[in-house]
Amino acid sequence: MKVRATKAIMECLLEQGVDTVFGYPGGSILNIYDELYNYQDKIHHYLTAHEQGAAHAADGYARSTGRVGVCFATSGPGATNLTTGIATAYYDSSPVVFITCNVTEELLGKDSFQEVDITGIVMPITKATYLVRDPQTIPDVMREAFAVAASGRPGPVLIDFLKNVTALNVEIDYEPLPKKKHIEEGRLAALKKRMGWGIRTPDPDLADVDKLVSWIKEANKPFIICGGGVVRSRAHREFVRFAEKMDAPVAITLMGGGGFPGDHPLATGMIGMHGSQASNIACDTCDLLIAVGCRFSDRVALDPQSFASQARIVHIDIDRAEIDKNVKTDHHIIGDAKRVLELLNDRIGRYDHAGWKAEVFSHDTHVPVEESDHMTPDQVLRTIYSKVPRDTIVATDVGQHQMWSIQHFHFTYPGQLLTSGGFGTMGFGLGAALGAKVGNPDKLVLHMTGDGCFRMNSQELATESHYDIPVITVIFDNRTLGMVRQWQNLIYHKRFSQTDLDFAPDFVKLAEAYGLKGARVENLEQLQAAMDEAIAWGHGYVIDCKIDTDEMVRPMVGGGNPITNFMLT
Amino acid sequence: MKKIISVLVENQAGVLNKITGLFSRRAFNIESLAVGVTDDKNISRITIIVDSGNSVVEQVEKQLNKLVDVIKVRTIEENHMIGRELILIKVSASTRTRQDILNVCQIMGGKIDDISPTSMTLELSDTTEKVDLFEELLRPFSILEVARTGLVALRKGHGGD
Repeated sequence: MKVRATKAIMECLLEQGVDTVFGYPGGSILNIYDELYNYQDKIHHYLTAHEQGAAHAADGYARSTGRVGVCFATSGPGATNLTTGIATAYYDSSPVVFITCNVTEELLGKDSFQEVDITGIVMPITKATYLVRDPQTIPDVMREAFAVAASGRPGPVLIDFLKNVTALNVEIDYEPLPKKKHIEEGRLAALKKRMGWGIRTPDPDLADVDKLVSWIKEANKPFIICGGGVVRSRAHREFVRFAEKMDAPVAITLMGGGGFPGDHPLATGMIGMHGSQASNIACDTCDLLIAVGCRFSDRVALDPQSFASQARIVHIDIDRAEIDKNVKTDHHIIGDAKRVLELLNDRIGRYDHAGWKAEVFSHDTHVPVEESDHMTPDQVLRTIYSKVPRDTIVATDVGQHQMWSIQHFHFTYPGQLLTSGGFGTMGFGLGAALGAKVGNPDKLVLHMTGDGCFRMNSQELATESHYDIPVITVIFDNRTLGMVRQWQNLIYHKRFSQTDLDFAPDFVKLAEAYGLKGARVENLEQLQAAMDEAIAWGHGYVIDCKIDTDEMVRPMVGGGNPITNFMLT
Repeated sequence: MKKIISVLVENQAGVLNKITGLFSRRAFNIESLAVGVTDDKNISRITIIVDSGNSVVEQVEKQLNKLVDVIKVRTIEENHMIGRELILIKVSASTRTRQDILNVCQIMGGKIDDISPTSMTLELSDTTEKVDLFEELLRPFSILEVARTGLVALRKGHGGD
């Protein structure tokens, strides 16, 4: 049937089950927003304060729900404002479809008003980009974009429509097609057959699986790393069963938070630069290391040469390009974490590694609590944790508060922790928290941030207030860029170059200016009262926690060092 | 040792960018690159020559497979392929030197494409070594301009991509 091109775009969103979009309008994308006006009851659009906030919100929505996030922006600056958000999603394999519009065909390439080559700019930070010049290709491109974003190793995709393609007098042939049939039609059908592994989820090779099964049998000191792939694959149940059958200690990477319960008796805590003593020492002394869905980043395998040097290293990953990229492995299994773990669980016996576990757990899995006369980050986190339900979603920004939050909270399911691991984007947290709350209205959502990060995108408090999205923001306010200061403290001879932030606004007044409530807390009684009020009030709330400027994240291993060379314990 | 990466891609704007971007973002230099459409006008073949034995090359090959616009990636060892490149070379030529240049051209199996009172433009399509030799032999006559296509290659025998 003949339909308006913009109507086809909306119908294609509905085919995907999209009912939530984050975005920001502008000149070139006016036609799409005009059509959205007709679909207000089916597609709920959240207008953010800045396109970056919309990008992070769509990302947070995707990570927390497991669905594909959708984000709209206009051409030129609208599109470039998305780029940090796109890169954040790319580095953490989060499926988001970004839709931008560009100038008309006759203005393309002439440095026209608000024209930018956005498909060129985001090329290295997307799984695929589409520049749509022919309206008739709309259904095919839309279906392909969603399939590419969600399939295999997920990631962001960008579609750039020329404005003339979306003109309201343009009609195309559009036939509705249920989502499960998309893979049989158009270019997707051709993509499915290709040798490459972009669109397909590779089936694990059973011989590879069996080889690991025999290595597990031979191992006396097995150790497992739970990476972000376990979270993306939502393989947490299979992972727990695997770890329990193997009776092996488990460390999480930053992105693995939620893949394995933090309070499980086999949990050794985080591994890497701010890994626990138990995790890092176990990694250094184990004889079999099984890394599931992790990419051995330089924050985990700080020194690739000495990493797990006494172990056979086995890598399980969906992305073949990750194998032997950072750390040379002895064996690998390509496939979706959930499927590979199912196959392994069916094939391995039950083991008892009591002696090895005793050795590993003789080291600290957490930093010992220190008595203090002032409010410490540790106390702040314990207090907050005691006040919130166990399934609370936690979105963080980047830096000290991020590490403290992940060290202290016990995440139990995928999508419970939203953090910018790969790209380390300051300012990610608030947008991500808003997206998560929109996607999970029944859960409490905490936004853990620092005073530096919060100032980067605090304008999204306007979005929080306008749509009444009740997120509780907790600022670890140390009046400095804490993590950078920590490095200056330890490595740069206390030369605190440009890290003082003692000229911040009054965050409580800032919250109030946006129609929200806030509280400044300097001790635990005040914090408890503020948490109680925030939860009872049920709307957006900002808690400004004053902590000491020289608090540090412990433990710490310096970049490039062997994993047990603790600079701080 | 040289490695030839032969990539079949969808013939679309921006695809070449995506492929070269995989090299450039790793600060890796491509030795030669040739692009042309295949018998199917929707498909182009990109032939890339790189120094093998570098981990960047291995990583780029894997990344190439992940691009949706890439149909097939094949690496070919030097002794398993037919590789040719084309050179156009303009040299100074007077009545005194014209016959000597012609001799070089004939011995190498080249062709005269253009001639003027003071210059000659020659053409040769052959292996990279022969093309290098051709250029070397013509150098004493004073080379004015050179254009080379870079290598294109196919696998030997009946088997294709």
